[in-house]
Amino acid sequence: MTTPVPRRAGRGLAAPAVLAVFCAAVLVPFLSLLLASVQPSGTPLTGFALPTHGIHLENFVHAWSRAGFGPLLLSSAVIALAVVPAAVLCATLAGYALATMDVPGGGKLYGYLLLGLAIPTEVTVIPLYYDLRALGLTNTVPGLALAEIAAFMPFGVFWMRAHFATMPRSLVEAARLDGASPWTTLWRVLMPSSRPAVTTLGVLYFVWSWNQFLLPLILVQDPGKRTAPAGLGFFTGQYDVDVPLLAAATLIVIAPVVVVYLFFQRHFINGVLSGALKG
Amino acid sequence: MLPALLPYTLFAVLPALHAAYLSLYAWDGVTLPSFTGLANYRQVFADPQLRAAAWHAGALIVFFSVLPIGLGLVAAAVVARRSGRRGITVVRTLLFLPQVVPLVAVAIIWRWVYAEDGTLNQALRAVGLGRFADSWLGSFTWSLPAVGLIGTWVVAGLCMVLFLSGTQRIDQEIYEAARMDGAGPLREFWSVTVPLLRPEIAVALSITVIAALSSFDLIYITTGGGPGNSTVVPGILIYRLAFGGGQVGLASALAVVLTAVISVAVLVVNRLARETP
Repeated sequence: MTTPVPRRAGRGLAAPAVLAVFCAAVLVPFLSLLLASVQPSGTPLTGFALPTHGIHLENFVHAWSRAGFGPLLLSSAVIALAVVPAAVLCATLAGYALATMDVPGGGKLYGYLLLGLAIPTEVTVIPLYYDLRALGLTNTVPGLALAEIAAFMPFGVFWMRAHFATMPRSLVEAARLDGASPWTTLWRVLMPSSRPAVTTLGVLYFVWSWNQFLLPLILVQDPGKRTAPAGLGFFTGQYDVDVPLLAAATLIVIAPVVVVYLFFQRHFINGVLSGALKG
Repeated sequence: MLPALLPYTLFAVLPALHAAYLSLYAWDGVTLPSFTGLANYRQVFADPQLRAAAWHAGALIVFFSVLPIGLGLVAAAVVARRSGRRGITVVRTLLFLPQVVPLVAVAIIWRWVYAEDGTLNQALRAVGLGRFADSWLGSFTWSLPAVGLIGTWVVAGLCMVLFLSGTQRIDQEIYEAARMDGAGPLREFWSVTVPLLRPEIAVALSITVIAALSSFDLIYITTGGGPGNSTVVPGILIYRLAFGGGQVGLASALAVVLTAVISVAVLVVNRLARETP
């Protein structure tokens, strides 16, 4: 550690020490769960147990097959695949229109969209349940996917509008003078340099969709068709005692988001931070 | 514009309006609803269970907002004085992790920490404080703070990373100048770090207050509102009333009030942030 100004030794150590304590506070609960997941199933456990009985990976197999997390993960993936591309596309088109064209009443429409940021899921979920049931859309992929796309739209439009607003206006005007339609301008001129913004939005949408709990819990009443986190919630009620199995199931459910996060961590963190600050 | 507006209007705005409409009716979800005007709203403000939920939501703000923001500021202040920032990416990635994992999983992780034979009691016994061991989530006294601290754990990293990136904006020379003027670490914290991080603090405040007021997942999995009603929050009540209690109208009224409270809270925070110090 090189610092330009000479400091007392104690101060130089304060920062790493504080950060180490915080990191440990984050890690210990995760580690505790990881250790529980490799213990033999059905034995009494204490909190931070070292694997003295060998490493029992069969908990993961049981969670996947017998407890049915395989199909639950699949339905989570289907929902995410339906939601992410559609939501990103809608948000991109709206953000592009709001940032580069003179949409009649554009300001008002934008304000109308931003209102959605203050609507908690608890409000929409009650009517959604009864309305979607009337349409026969409860327990279906489109029903849940549409509810999520709608809930994610305000942030997405806000994010893409802010992104397109930072691009030089001359770029759009030059394309227009060359006779490019708004459509070609978007795809040929603006999109190639918009990859980071779009990726960030996609990563955020994936994580939100994967982690969504209340919507699938209510809108999908059939336990076999639920998403992985909703299934996990259902599972806690059933297998309360078998800690290793529950721990293994939890790790299976969080693995995909953690992998996506670690892979795109810079996108994710910057997205959350700058998204929050611009708002 | 249309592809964005259509699903948003149909599946977010209309349901919200529909909720406002339902809130004026007494409806069990099955038979015909009957119009009752503002009776549901009167009940929201009179019912002792609903008042308890409001109190708990208020208490959660302490754990979800005040505590993590305090911790985040202290961490940011300690690290800001140091210019070499090697290893900060790894730390950032780690601190953000609770933010990424589904709250259901967070709740399960912490159920294990707080369990009778869980990590916390084991640690207490290991250092000879075994007599303080408790079944934390099943205790009338401790369940609310226990749940609240899970919230602190989830958002503290977000606040910290937010403030750390904020301090990068602060010129190191300001710190040098403060030090020249003989400011100690405490003085420096209150007169340099905190005022200059004002925008970040406002953002952290609005995110965490929304999280506290609309909390559902965490509490649903850890305590379900219990024991008794000791951790009941608005989200849990809305769920119980609408999908178990057959009081859809009352649940909608509560949901509408919750939305109003959240909107006002966010507006107030933003207003405070815009005022020049």
